[in-house]
Amino acid sequence: MPIHDQGYQRYKGHRGPHGRRWWVIARAGIVERLRERRFLALMLFSWAPFVVRAVQMYVSSNFSQAAFLAPSADTFREFLEQQNFFVFLVTILVGSGLIANDKRANALQIYLSKPLTRVEYLTGKLVTLMVFLVFVTWVPAVLLLVIQMMFSGSTAFILDNLFLFPAITVAAAAQTLLSAFAMLALSSLSKSRRFVAIMYAGVIFFTSAMYQALRQITGSTVWAVVSPEDMLDVISAGTFRTAGPTSVPVPVALLVVALLIGTSVWILERRVRAVEVVT
Amino acid sequence: MADPVVTLDRVGVRYGTQWALRDVTAAFPAGAVGLLGPNGAGKSTLIKALLGLLAPDTGAMRVLGLDVKQSPLSIRARIGYMPESDAHIPGMNAVSFVAYCAELAGLPRADAMQRAHEVLYYVGLGEARYRNVETYSTGMKQRIKLAQALVHDPDLLFLDEPTNGMDPKGRDEMLELVRDIAHHKGLNLILSSHLLPDVEYTCDHVVVLDKGAVATEGPIAGLKGHGGRVFELRVKGDADRFVATLKAAGIDCHESEEDVMRAFVPEDRGARYLFELAAREGVQVRHLRPSVPTLEDVFAHAVGER
Repeated sequence: MPIHDQGYQRYKGHRGPHGRRWWVIARAGIVERLRERRFLALMLFSWAPFVVRAVQMYVSSNFSQAAFLAPSADTFREFLEQQNFFVFLVTILVGSGLIANDKRANALQIYLSKPLTRVEYLTGKLVTLMVFLVFVTWVPAVLLLVIQMMFSGSTAFILDNLFLFPAITVAAAAQTLLSAFAMLALSSLSKSRRFVAIMYAGVIFFTSAMYQALRQITGSTVWAVVSPEDMLDVISAGTFRTAGPTSVPVPVALLVVALLIGTSVWILERRVRAVEVVT
Repeated sequence: MADPVVTLDRVGVRYGTQWALRDVTAAFPAGAVGLLGPNGAGKSTLIKALLGLLAPDTGAMRVLGLDVKQSPLSIRARIGYMPESDAHIPGMNAVSFVAYCAELAGLPRADAMQRAHEVLYYVGLGEARYRNVETYSTGMKQRIKLAQALVHDPDLLFLDEPTNGMDPKGRDEMLELVRDIAHHKGLNLILSSHLLPDVEYTCDHVVVLDKGAVATEGPIAGLKGHGGRVFELRVKGDADRFVATLKAAGIDCHESEEDVMRAFVPEDRGARYLFELAAREGVQVRHLRPSVPTLEDVFAHAVGER
């Protein structure tokens, strides 16, 4: 008989409660992304507009000749609009493989044979993508607000524009939620992350081009409802209390975004299963 | 006798209009149980239903005393599942993958990593544990699937065709592992396979499924010794008519190899009775040898009866 059996041992330690496994998935997804140097470079580059705006705030606060550069509420809306480009890239780079890769490797049956629900699995995947999206939208925008206060040495701007923090939060939330849900839904439709990336880009460009074409033909901006990107602009303009780019009312834009998120959830409910039953 | 680890009560699973399992009632005792059946018998469907991945259309199931419908998460925390097809988490090396699976099962991070190393050594992947799983051979992928099923120390293991695609040496090693888990490590397991020798070597009890229903079940030793004697014989002449005659005379008979048949003669009859029947049918017995009952006989008997 061996002195100490180095083979299989029973585990006598602690086991965590159910309901927190989504964080294990999210943490693994985030760490995996951060290991990629190219992705890190993109994340750093996505903060370039922030640096430009911060310098602009510094100059306008410290040099009276540059007072024309002083930020307004619209500065923050414009900043978030600029970040759309990075949101697009990050969504594609992080999101396209989130479920597609798991489907390719048959990982869903591994995940769902563990004590976690489909909702936890999807939450983990969603959080992985949303963390990076929030990092390129809400975090720099709120930091800009803080920097503006620090450079100007007063809270007057913030007190005069108390709506800014909630406006930034709502606009960034609409942008990140729609992008994340739409990308996850597309990622669940294929086993190829490349195909998913192309599908996502296709949807964004096609709907935008369709809106432009319909606007040219009919002369009405109401057709912006076919373009998710334009609907986000409408919501953003509404929350920042500026004139909207189209004649679509904010509640309609919110409804369109909610419908798209609802459709994504429906797709995910049907496609994320450990066993695909083909009848 | 210990409580069964799995009980099925009139379970039915349907894919569209096709019943994959129909009115399955069975009890899987503690220990190593083989779930035997030809391809398409419903073995994998049954395992997926027990895991809660498929909702049965009829019936009730209990695993480790818990109702599958009501407590799927509590059940999945106590079981390990080794799927039949290739399955891994993409982009991870073996130790990260297995530790990740342990964390998903609720183990703290440090414990998960320690268990991952231990289990990978146990399944024979210690030296390759820092390699990306996607670079593994088929045999290594089977082992890592076993490791991820074992890492959280389940009370019950579901192994779905664990020797699929393995070379003979790898297959023997895998069977040794399975046997060791079941007989020396105190884990219960259900081994689904269509390979009779695999089940016979590793399990003590068997449930035979055929066409979505239980064909037979019981301890392997008991089923093998179902009374009577077994003879291997080869005949010259109209073999089909001879088989029909044997069956009419109450002698179960099936072909094991090309032209060798195995006949189950009742205890009160012997080889002479076979010769008499052959003479009556004008068939020449070219080879006759007493044999021992095998699981293959049990399987053929059970499936053949249906």
